[in-house]
Amino acid sequence: MLILAAGALVGMAFRDGPKGAAGSLLASSIGGPFHLTDQNGKVFTDADLKGKWNLVFFGYTHCPDTCPTALNEISLAMDKLGKRRDLVRVVFISVDPERDTPPVLKSYVESFDAPIVALSGTAEEVKQAAASYRVYYAKHNRADGGYDMDHSAVIYVMDPQGRFTATFTPDTQADAMATRLAKLMS
Amino acid sequence: MSRLSVFLVAVFCIIGAAAAQSGGAIEVKNAWARATPGGAENGAAYLTLEAPAGDRLTAVSTPVAKKAELHIMSMDGGIMKMRPLDGIDLAPGQETSLKPGGAHIMLMGLNRPLQAGQTFPLTLQFEKSGAREVQVHVEKFGAMAPSQAAGTMPVGGGAPPVSGH
Repeated sequence: MLILAAGALVGMAFRDGPKGAAGSLLASSIGGPFHLTDQNGKVFTDADLKGKWNLVFFGYTHCPDTCPTALNEISLAMDKLGKRRDLVRVVFISVDPERDTPPVLKSYVESFDAPIVALSGTAEEVKQAAASYRVYYAKHNRADGGYDMDHSAVIYVMDPQGRFTATFTPDTQADAMATRLAKLMS
Repeated sequence: MSRLSVFLVAVFCIIGAAAAQSGGAIEVKNAWARATPGGAENGAAYLTLEAPAGDRLTAVSTPVAKKAELHIMSMDGGIMKMRPLDGIDLAPGQETSLKPGGAHIMLMGLNRPLQAGQTFPLTLQFEKSGAREVQVHVEKFGAMAPSQAAGTMPVGGGAPPVSGH
């Protein structure tokens, strides 16, 4: 119930994207410069986003529930877009660069049907990227010495000019995502 | 011992046995896990429990991972948080479901990725009814619910052998 409520809240806050009253402020402040490394060890910056629609999602591979759910729904949504799937890039940015090295990310995203650009970097680079997208993340230490990451679980839709356009939540179903994306792209 | 006391002892035994029966067996349904992406060290398992007399799930373990814990996932203002749980209370006669987006059994340090079609054993530790072993069915990648095949899982002894390895 709490999850649904929070999801609905985020959904409502962003529903109209840059057109909404609250959205106009948010629109200009979401997205921005970053310098990261992709799963093949290649540098990937905000400039590489241009020219395509981008679905940007921050998460980490040790997350067993929300992150795979979100990436799978995104992957299914891409499939439903048919030919237009080539117009959309999926970008997964790790908030856990300590463990999510390029090889780890490579094997992780290869499991999904859709091609996914998986990015990480130094702690400082990830911090910069998260700040650009107004993403909160924090390490939460466990009693056994391990840790989990708390993180904003919002999927940002950025247009080919790099402008923030809409959001999805991790529980947005693939059908709804595909329908919305198709509408935004037309 | 008088005839009456023998009769009373017998009655109490029957009542006792009946009570134990109705209050005992915890039903474990739809124990499933999701296939994990390559390189993922952690996975999650889900199931539905019903304790006729109420109980508390206090610990979990499985040979497929270094460690298994009860966790709760929550969304707080768009921020996803995951926290360990000391236990999960099972109200008498009420179904409690662990499912994606909520409480789950976190499998930490998987020995190998979980692949669809496999099954693996999971031991549930209950406060009152002790340990139970169930077989967890691995569903396809991204599944949000168990398939028909998961069905109702037998609990207790005589679990089917591990397959899929």
